[in-house]
Amino acid sequence: MKNNASLYKTLFKSTFFLSMFTFGGGYVIVPLMEKKFVNELKWITEDEMLDLIALGQSSPGPIAVNTSILVGYRMAGILGALVTVLGTIIPPLVIMSLLAYVYMAVSTNPIVNNMLLGMQAGVAAIIVNVVYNMASRIIKQKKIVPIIVMILALIAGIILQVNILWLLSISGVIGAITTYITLKNESTKEDKK
Amino acid sequence: MIYIKLFLSFFQIGLFSFGGGYAALPLIEQQTIEVNGWITNQQFIDILTLSEMTPGPIAINAATFTGNQITGVLGGVIATIGVTMPSVIIVLLLAYFYFKYKNIKMVQGIIQGLRPAVVALIASAGLTIFLTAMFGHSEFPFQLDQLKIVSVVLFIIGIFLMRKYKLSPIQIMILSGISGIIIYAFI
Repeated sequence: MKNNASLYKTLFKSTFFLSMFTFGGGYVIVPLMEKKFVNELKWITEDEMLDLIALGQSSPGPIAVNTSILVGYRMAGILGALVTVLGTIIPPLVIMSLLAYVYMAVSTNPIVNNMLLGMQAGVAAIIVNVVYNMASRIIKQKKIVPIIVMILALIAGIILQVNILWLLSISGVIGAITTYITLKNESTKEDKK
Repeated sequence: MIYIKLFLSFFQIGLFSFGGGYAALPLIEQQTIEVNGWITNQQFIDILTLSEMTPGPIAINAATFTGNQITGVLGGVIATIGVTMPSVIIVLLLAYFYFKYKNIKMVQGIIQGLRPAVVALIASAGLTIFLTAMFGHSEFPFQLDQLKIVSVVLFIIGIFLMRKYKLSPIQIMILSGISGIIIYAFI
């Protein structure tokens, strides 16, 4: 790290602009982040970036925020992480605050109302499409445990109204157990070799 | 105090949303509509609408907007800090262990185990959004005469355009918004 001030500045600027001009959340921002830090700045190797992305997806919270924290931490420790997290959250914070203000002023306007009414159907289509894509990805893996977990969670969540935190905890435990078994199987296979 | 409640609610949303922006939706729905009654179903959809149209992570957008709706600008800032703070703490802890041991298989395994449940939860929140868009509410019973025909048509066209022509969410939002303005002006 030759110059700390310029490092922080670049970290802030990169994450700020990525967050400011990227529509569509983490799945769009993360590939652009990879391009910026791996290909353009060459600060992080491709392999390490893949690990950081996996780590960001494994942590709770917005993936874009998580990944930017990891990049900041990797480059400049805790302070770097704070710089990148601020860079990532300031643009949506400012834009949405302004928009919320405008929304309150115009949401009773008939034209705006009609627009929002039309957009509701659009949002419903987007979310149904997202769910369809995610569910088919799980079904295509052709593994029995995830499919059963998904169906049971669906029933428990929608019909039985089971608390979200319970559902997450139980499926997390199931994930831990199946991972433990597969890791153990892999290591015994390697032992036999 | 409202600010503390707001902070704790969004802290919880940040802490338990595994798998990106949409995973936060069921938690936002639970905390802001069911538990605290801060916003209505209708406002929840409007928040999602605006989040889709603005840059940045959806969870941050939703937190800022909801906070603003409830108590103004300061509320937006507090909700946003609340939803971000668990990330900062947990990611830094994970990063510390990762750079020390370079082994994240177990963590990844647990997350993979969570994924099917997260999909189910998003589906459940999606059902609320879908029903509210089609019937104007999401509680049983539903009557056929409550069904908004225009919404049904726009929904079907939206799905078709996304699956067949790979239109992006923002293009869908713009098209459905313009359609809304034009169609509802005549009926």
